[in-house]
Amino acid sequence: MKVLVAVKRVIDYNVKVRVKPDNTGVDLANVKMAMNPFCEIAVEEAVRLKEKGVASEIVVVSIGPKAAQEQIRTALALGADRGIHVETDEEVQSLEAAKLLKAVVEKEEPKLVILGKQSIDSDNNQTGQMLAALTGMGQGTFASEVVVEGDKVNVTREVDGGLMTVSLNLPAVVTTDLRLNEPRYASLPNIMKAKKKPLDSMAPADLGVEVAPRLSTLKVEAPAARQAGIKVADVAELVDKLKNEAKVI
Amino acid sequence: MSILVIAEHDNSSLKQATLNVVAAAKAIGGDIDVLVAGENCGAVAEAAAKAEGVNKVLVADNAAYGHFLGENLGELVAELGKGYSHVLAAAGTTGKDFMPRVAALLDVAQVSDIIRVESEDTFVRPIYAGNAIATVKSSDSIKVVTVRPTAFDPVAAEGGSASVEQCDVVKDAGLSSFVKEELAQSDRPDLASAGIVISGGRGMQNGDNFKMLENVADLLGAAVGASRAAVDAGFVPNDMQVGQTGKIVAPQLYVAVGISGAIQHLAGMSDSKVIVAINKDEEAPIFQVADYGLVADLFEAVPQLEEELKKVL
Repeated sequence: MKVLVAVKRVIDYNVKVRVKPDNTGVDLANVKMAMNPFCEIAVEEAVRLKEKGVASEIVVVSIGPKAAQEQIRTALALGADRGIHVETDEEVQSLEAAKLLKAVVEKEEPKLVILGKQSIDSDNNQTGQMLAALTGMGQGTFASEVVVEGDKVNVTREVDGGLMTVSLNLPAVVTTDLRLNEPRYASLPNIMKAKKKPLDSMAPADLGVEVAPRLSTLKVEAPAARQAGIKVADVAELVDKLKNEAKVI
Repeated sequence: MSILVIAEHDNSSLKQATLNVVAAAKAIGGDIDVLVAGENCGAVAEAAAKAEGVNKVLVADNAAYGHFLGENLGELVAELGKGYSHVLAAAGTTGKDFMPRVAALLDVAQVSDIIRVESEDTFVRPIYAGNAIATVKSSDSIKVVTVRPTAFDPVAAEGGSASVEQCDVVKDAGLSSFVKEELAQSDRPDLASAGIVISGGRGMQNGDNFKMLENVADLLGAAVGASRAAVDAGFVPNDMQVGQTGKIVAPQLYVAVGISGAIQHLAGMSDSKVIVAINKDEEAPIFQVADYGLVADLFEAVPQLEEELKKVL
């Protein structure tokens, strides 16, 4: 079966985020960018499904500026077979991303679509669910285990109280949580091979989708800094402070 | 304006997070209705009707909603939501699952995980794991919003007298079915709503040592949490994880034991009222956010803490 994986180019998770002095956003100039960590887990899961013989082809799609092709190439180096780049320099919000992905799904007709549960920049946690709703698919969100059986997929989900397993009809959408797998690193020969794998580029208009943000960001600020308090000498002093000064016990 | 709040519950009791979301709805202003969708959830509806500030409780009691499957809840809430200016739910794993489906079916954007209401269409939310705070304005006719419960003080659980109406809309999308659930069993309070939380990190060295924290937690009536490092090391299960990728907590007292204070952990607990850090590394970043820091070997300090607490409690 064909698996479609959506990946997003975001700020590298090791980079310290700085808010721009004019409060219009986060400073991304000359900042290292990378594949969103949850998307790496999505790619890895697809590759494992292919290694198990469950997936026959992995198509990776990314929406974003020209440079997002770097993340598509990374996914190709990790084991995806071909890439689709929906190129736009505009801000693409979750609903528009879901509409673009829906158009790709209609073209490619994958049996399984895997996405990260959220991107570490906007932290929305929406696109996978929106895509599932728009395409009329079931969804296994925050997955920690994915087992394909015949025309169904069983997804174990990380929920507030523990774990919950659902069975979904295929085609279905899965969004990844951290414990689903540990992504591999791309080897140098695979990075070289990835350069020769096919990568199609298209504009949102080619997919018949107009990118028009519904949410406008009025300002972005740094969070209020918390002041460091005092050091206590021993446990007795700590308990005394908690009881008599902070009055929390 | 009219606001539909989707109750968070387990079919037998109303979760406190619902009261926090009603508080966010009050901050927006307007009539507040609460939808209780579940199976055999009458007691939940009665509890919701008593919450302060609730106008009407709608009860959708059907097997299709018994396990809160996102496909079914999404269709139900999208249909009911057409009659409201705002649809709100807690940003827990249930709300995060079905609310984007609601937004997509209504063809509107969703505003996720708000921590403040600026006006009826403008909300404040953390981005970049809490390293930046964005103020966003929605131009959609229906605002679909998930609310970070710890950011809003809950409304009173008693005192209201809302009417309770049955809602007979049955939406079974037929796309998904429940297989099983493995919920952590604990007599301690729920991590997300506990007044006191004591968490252990990699410094705990193994899962057995968490027993020391449990002893202290039982004295304080506290919940026990963990850092992602402790979860990744396999000491404790993931549902104990506090942090950007785990649970966001904001208790009266947060005690971090053997936790260095990685950004992703701080993002999950730095709104706590009082923070205590116990760590043998004086340079650990956790001390930069702690109100009271104790530089000590946790294997000595935690048993001492238990003894000292026994004296004063």
